[in-house]
Amino acid sequence: MILPEPYRLIAYLVGALAFVGLNAAYLVWLERKVAARFQRRPGPTEVGPAGLLQPIADGLKLLGKQFVVWPHADRVLFRLAPAFVLAPALMCLAVIPFGHALCARDFNLGLLLVFAFGSVNVLAILLGGWASRNKYSVIAAARVVSQNVAYEIPMLLVVTTLLLTAGTMNLRELVQQQAGGVWNWNLVKVWVNPLMPVLFLIFYVCMLAETNRAPFDMAEAESELVAGAFTEYAGMGFGLFFMAEYANIVVGASVATVLFLGGWHSPVGVMPGTFWFLVKLYALVFSVMWVRWTFPRTQFYRLLNLSWKLLIPAGLGALLFTALILKLR
Amino acid sequence: MSPGHPTDSSVSAAAPRETFVLNVGPQHPATHGVLRLKLTMDGEYVLHAEPVIGYAHRMHEKMGENRTYVQFLPNPSRIDYLSAMHYMHAYVCVVERALGIEVPPRAEYIRVITSELNRIASHLVWFGAFLLDLGAFTPLLYAFDDREKILDLLEAVTGSRLTYCYYRFGGLCNDVDEQFIEGTRAFVKHMRGRLGMYHKLVTENLILRKRLEGIGVISAELCRKYGATGPVLRGSGVPCDVRKLEPYSVYPEFEFDVPHFAEGDCMARYKVRMEEIAQSLRIIEQAIAKLPPGPVMAEKVPRVIKPPPGDYYFAVEAARGRFAIRLVSDGTEVPYRLKLRTPSFSNLALFGEAARGLLMQDALALLGSLDLVIPDVDR
Amino acid sequence: MVAAIKEFCLGLHSLATGLAVTLEQFFRRPVTVHYPWEVLELPARYRGHIVLVRDEQTGRLRCIACKMCERICPSDCIVVEGAKLPGESRKSVTEFKLDFTKCSLCGLCVEVCPVDALAFSKRYNLASTRKADYESMDLCELAKAGDAK
Ligand code: SF4
Ligand code: SF4
Repeated sequence: MILPEPYRLIAYLVGALAFVGLNAAYLVWLERKVAARFQRRPGPTEVGPAGLLQPIADGLKLLGKQFVVWPHADRVLFRLAPAFVLAPALMCLAVIPFGHALCARDFNLGLLLVFAFGSVNVLAILLGGWASRNKYSVIAAARVVSQNVAYEIPMLLVVTTLLLTAGTMNLRELVQQQAGGVWNWNLVKVWVNPLMPVLFLIFYVCMLAETNRAPFDMAEAESELVAGAFTEYAGMGFGLFFMAEYANIVVGASVATVLFLGGWHSPVGVMPGTFWFLVKLYALVFSVMWVRWTFPRTQFYRLLNLSWKLLIPAGLGALLFTALILKLR
Repeated sequence: MSPGHPTDSSVSAAAPRETFVLNVGPQHPATHGVLRLKLTMDGEYVLHAEPVIGYAHRMHEKMGENRTYVQFLPNPSRIDYLSAMHYMHAYVCVVERALGIEVPPRAEYIRVITSELNRIASHLVWFGAFLLDLGAFTPLLYAFDDREKILDLLEAVTGSRLTYCYYRFGGLCNDVDEQFIEGTRAFVKHMRGRLGMYHKLVTENLILRKRLEGIGVISAELCRKYGATGPVLRGSGVPCDVRKLEPYSVYPEFEFDVPHFAEGDCMARYKVRMEEIAQSLRIIEQAIAKLPPGPVMAEKVPRVIKPPPGDYYFAVEAARGRFAIRLVSDGTEVPYRLKLRTPSFSNLALFGEAARGLLMQDALALLGSLDLVIPDVDR
Repeated sequence: MVAAIKEFCLGLHSLATGLAVTLEQFFRRPVTVHYPWEVLELPARYRGHIVLVRDEQTGRLRCIACKMCERICPSDCIVVEGAKLPGESRKSVTEFKLDFTKCSLCGLCVEVCPVDALAFSKRYNLASTRKADYESMDLCELAKAGDAK
């Protein structure tokens, strides 16, 4: 069933907002539960059964708080930044195919759009940090910019390598190419390109860095920079940054699912569709949390070294190698 | 390799750089208490670090001059609340030395057992808090789970979980029971297994190793200059431990090593403390095996404590280093002077010099590796 | 070069071991005692605030108002008054006030008491919105209330 244009737009807006909102709220809950299990705690239990109403209580609390703009901050940019941070994630979701027909816009340059909007996130954190006029925030903002610039490159290199074999930027077509069982997923298509698992690993690391997740959480770095770029934000201003963090994780995990894990295709042949897409998506999200609650934070210069000295050369090498096999085949 | 950076002295002739002062604390997640650091920064590099202390000053020394010897008993465990047993140990021992009291062996053995348990608990807190500084949250919870077991043991014996106030002049306020002995034995076994897990989860971790190796190097010379002791000094390769050098209590009867590593970096200090946990377990095991029967209180303790006039000194190896008390008595019921030498103070003192030229992130790792208890600095 | 690759592989292995350790913990039971719903038993020697003890036989408060505890308390938080009841050789306590806001729970008073008239209570969840509630706790009253229960 393909909806006509205006309805499609409305359906997307409602759907995407609800999806992002629910995800942000319940991923926080999930993260707290998962972290608790890793640490042998029960996690939130008091508000609602198994603490399920906790995100709602937290949301209400954040909404009820004053959005403080302290006198020395840049008033306009300070208010603008939280809005800036969430919008790109919403845009990215427009082209992600959640199911065979569940895609707001079947767009030929879908992947390009995702990366284009994905980068706006950095700008928002930079704005937030800069406008705060707080030394910690400025340090964090500067870190985030150099970090994201550094990790955008290997990520794009990996994706370009993948596109060499796939030959399309349309996310739906990318998924369709991976139909027919686990062995057709890009992750394990080693006969097409023996470097596929390595590519996935690089992509995963870059995804962690791009979404500012531990062990690369330089934007927040709570034990050094208090709350990094978000130090001066209160109430829903902080809440929006928080939501955006989770929205970005969802976008990152979705892209990984589409590119490497066969999108909505079922690994066992039953129930193909959105269900499997979500399973893969949340499995990835879980792994992101697992990494966060296991490892310490890296140093900032090592983070940059990792990208410039290891991931970018590796990505370049993979690109050359793939081009070579394609030529020789 | 950590990128080096020219510090103040070497660039005085060059064009002035734009620097700024970053105020860390007194309320900051990395300072664990009310310590304030004034960092002069060039970008992310620390050019100059100045610790500002005194926010938790409670005049313990002055209090000592205003109350009787018995009334000061609750105080030592509140100077460094993580190392309460060691501080009590130093205080009761200095008074016992002044009075010339012989402590029954069973009491001394129990003192050693409880002190070493306390040392493990203290190191576990440090372990958790240090990793929290480095951005790993989970080990803190594991460490506190283990520490809880120690606190339960000590609570059953002393009646409180942190500020024990368990030792008395001439012995202990009460004896331990069979349950404590069994519990401690079980704990030693349990903790050995957990140490293995910590090494797998943390010590061998690539990210952690890269964060600590070669970072924040402190030379033995720097330690000597500022009087740093304990794991900080041992992390600089000097096997200095009061338990070995000026043996007190019944420590000479046990076999244990003094772990020391020559590197002087954060990793060396980390390894010293982790190794010390293992050594403390060894001591506890031996002490339990040898625990003699008998009374836990000396017979000839005067009702009114009036040490003869004189100058007395006693040092112990607390979890953070050498803790010493100098007691000057004028023969009355109240000490004339009670000087406390706290290890955290000296260990913090070298921070300013050691942090120079480091990145802020590494400087905070260095701060964490010093294992400071701020009330112990300020006392 | 070989060394670098070896170190890299060892590093990756260490990361994987770390993940395995946390995953193992993930499937274990939480160790938290869910406090208000589950309560741990306090050890016998738990040091709560002090209370007056009654004599088993006579049922009267044991305290003889000798003021030893008042004198030894490092925080000056005990005030004891006593009087000789007619026809008795020893004094009885008439008033025993504890300033719990200052008490450091050191236990010196319990130890010094010559007739073991003091003991630790096991009350730990004490809270009030008025400072006065704990500034001057009347232990005689408290002992009576305890008997009524
Ligand atoms: S426990 Fe210590 S501080 Fe409290 S009343 Fe008794 S002697 Fe005073
Ligand atoms: S020391 Fe004991 S007997 Fe004396 S006043 Fe205090 S409680 Fe009463």
